[in-house]
Amino acid sequence: MAQMNMKEAIRDAMRAELKNDPNVLVFGEDVGKVGGVFRATEGLQGEFGAERVFDTPLAESAIAGLAVGMGTQGFRPIAEIQFVGFIYEALDQMFVQAARMRFRSGGRYHAPIVFRTPFGGGVKAAELHTDSLEGLAIQTPGMKVIVPSNPYDAKGLLISAIRDNDPVFFMEHLNLYHAFRQEVPEDAYTVPIGKANVVREGSDVTIIAYGLMVHTALKAADELEKKGVKAEVIDLRTLMPLDIDTIVASIQKTNRAIVVQEAQKTSGAAAEIIAQINEKAILHLEAPVLRVAGPDTVYPFAQIEDAWLPGPARIMAAADKVVNF
Amino acid sequence: MSKLPYEVQSEPVQPLSVLSLEGDVVNPDFMPKLSDEQLKEIMYRMVFTRTWDERAVNLGRQGRLGFYAPVSGQEASMIGSEYALNKDDFVCPGYRDMPQIVWHGLPLYQAFLYSRGHQHGGQIPEGVNVLMPQIIIGAQILHATGIAMAFKKKGEKRVAITYTGDGGSSEGDFYEGMNFAGAFKLPVIYVVQNNGYAITTPFEKQTAALSIAHKAVAAGIRGVQVDGMDVLAVIKAVSDAAERGRSGEGATLIEMLTYRFRPHSMSDDTSKYRTKDEESEWALKDPLTRFGKYLEKKGLWTDEDTARVKEEAKAAVNEQIKKAEAAEKMTVAGLIDSMFEHTPAHLEEQKADFQ
Repeated sequence: MAQMNMKEAIRDAMRAELKNDPNVLVFGEDVGKVGGVFRATEGLQGEFGAERVFDTPLAESAIAGLAVGMGTQGFRPIAEIQFVGFIYEALDQMFVQAARMRFRSGGRYHAPIVFRTPFGGGVKAAELHTDSLEGLAIQTPGMKVIVPSNPYDAKGLLISAIRDNDPVFFMEHLNLYHAFRQEVPEDAYTVPIGKANVVREGSDVTIIAYGLMVHTALKAADELEKKGVKAEVIDLRTLMPLDIDTIVASIQKTNRAIVVQEAQKTSGAAAEIIAQINEKAILHLEAPVLRVAGPDTVYPFAQIEDAWLPGPARIMAAADKVVNF
Repeated sequence: MSKLPYEVQSEPVQPLSVLSLEGDVVNPDFMPKLSDEQLKEIMYRMVFTRTWDERAVNLGRQGRLGFYAPVSGQEASMIGSEYALNKDDFVCPGYRDMPQIVWHGLPLYQAFLYSRGHQHGGQIPEGVNVLMPQIIIGAQILHATGIAMAFKKKGEKRVAITYTGDGGSSEGDFYEGMNFAGAFKLPVIYVVQNNGYAITTPFEKQTAALSIAHKAVAAGIRGVQVDGMDVLAVIKAVSDAAERGRSGEGATLIEMLTYRFRPHSMSDDTSKYRTKDEESEWALKDPLTRFGKYLEKKGLWTDEDTARVKEEAKAAVNEQIKKAEAAEKMTVAGLIDSMFEHTPAHLEEQKADFQ
C-alpha cells in the first residue's frame, strides 16, 4: 500500500475516477498543466489529456455554471474553486442552480458535480483564502457537504462524491494537504457519505469535530487523559447529511459533549449539531453541550490567526466546564 | 473630441431586416429559404401564441395561473428563433421565454403547472431538449455554455440557445458565459431580446454601449443586431448562428430589437414609465401584422385563417389549463424526496411530520 499525504490521496481519487468513467472531467483555474496552485491535479492533464482536465478563464460563476450545464448532459464535472472565499462569486450557480436542479426539473435532471475547494486557517494565507464557509453550504437544500480529516478518508470520500448523483461541496483543509502520510490503497475504494468515525474511544465526554479540528481535538484528548478525563472523539467527515446516530450513541455513553469548529460561532455547523442533540439525546445529557469556535468576526488572515483559531487549550477548558458542570 | 489613434473604435450597426412594415421584402438577400407550408406554420404559431398570451393574462387575473410574464409583441423573436433550430438543439430560456420551450416540445399543460408552482411542470419529457424558465436572469447563460461544451466534447452537431433581456445583459454571468464561449469556441447562441425595459428601467439607463450586440466584441464572438419584430430576419440570423455553431465556428450574440406590448409582469403599470406615443409607434411594427401582410400578398393567409387559429388556440388553452388544474396536487413529502437521489435519514424524519 502506498503512503500518501492528503493532497496526493485527493489527486489519486480523481485519477481513479478519470480512469473509471469517461464522463468525469476536471476543470477550474490553473488545474491543467501546472496542476493547480496546490498541485492537487498535477499530472492529470498529462495522463488524461486537455479534453478532460482543463484550465478555464478566471471566472468562478462560469466555472460552476459550466458544471451545471455539462451535468445535465451526462458529464460528471469536478469543478475546482481555487480558494474558498471565491465561492461567493459562484454561490448562485452552486447553491441555487446546482442544488435545485433536481427540484426545478421535477427529477428530470440532476447535477452530479463535485465542487472542490481548499479552505482552513493556520497557514498564513491571504485574505478570503481560508474562511470556513461550510455553514452556508449546509443550509442549502440539495447540497451535500464533506470535510475530510485524513488521506484515507479524503480519497474514499472524494470517490463517493464523484460517483454521487447530487452536488457535493468538498472542502479540503489547507493545513492537512501535507500534514502527514498514511497508508492509502492504490485501487479505487469508497468511504460512505454521511457516516461519522469514532477516532478515539472514551467515556467521560464526547468531542465532535471535523477537518483539521479532529487533530486539535485529539491533542486535547491526550492532554485530558493526563488529567484523568477520557474523551471520545468523533470525526464527522460529512456535515450534510450529518451522522447524528453516531453522535447520539456516543453521548449515551459519555453524557457530555463539546462541538469544535473553526468557523465563527453563531449559526454554524456546531449550532445545528447541538440542536439535533437536543432533539435526540437531551435526557442523556448531564451538562449543556458547549461550542468551541472562532469568534463572530471576519477571519483575521495571517497575523493573529493562531490566537483566533480553536486550539487544544480552549477545548480542554470547555471539557473542564462540561465535566464539572 | 477627435479620436485618438490608439483608441479602440466601434461604429453603430443597422439591424438586420427582411420585411418592410407593409410586408414587402426589402432585403431579398437575407430571405431565409422557407416553403409556403413553413411560412404558414410560422404564422400559425405566432397567432396561437398571441391568443395563448391573451388567455393567460385573463387566467392570471382569475387566479388560475401563478407568475406569468406576458409575451405579446415578442412573438417574432421567440417563435422565429425557436423555428430556426433543430429539435435536438437545446433551449435555455429566460423567465419570459415559455413559448420557445413549448414549441420545442414541452406540453402546454406543464407550462401552466409550472406557473402554478407544481413540480411536475418542470418534469421535462425525455427527448425534449429544454430547461425551464430561469428566474435568476443570467444563470441560464452559463448553463447553455456548459451544454454547448458538452455537445462539442461529444462531437455532436447540436447547438444550445439561451435567452435573456436587455437587463440580463448587465449581469456578470452574461459576460462570463460569452467569454467562456469565445475562449472554448462553443456552439452556443446568446439571444438578448432587447424590449427596451428591464421591468421599468429604460435601455438608456442599462448601458452606455452603442448596442448590446457590440458586447460580443469583448468576448471574441460574433455579434449581430436584428429587427426583432421581423420574424424572417430573426429566422435568418438564428439559422446563420446555428450553422456557424454546427460547423465549429463558435458562438454568436444576437440582439433582437423588440417590444413587449404588455407590462413586465401582471403587476406593473406601464403608464408610469412609457408614453402612449412610444406604444403607438411600436404597435405599427406588430410582428403579426407585418408578417400577415406579407403572407396575404402571397395568397397564403387571410383574416379567416387568423380567426380560425384563434379559436383553435382558445380551445387548446382551455383544455390544457383544465388538465393542469386536474393534476394531482404536489405534496410536501414529494418535495422532500426531490432534494436528493436518495432521501437521507434526517429528511425521512422531516417527511414523517407531513404524512
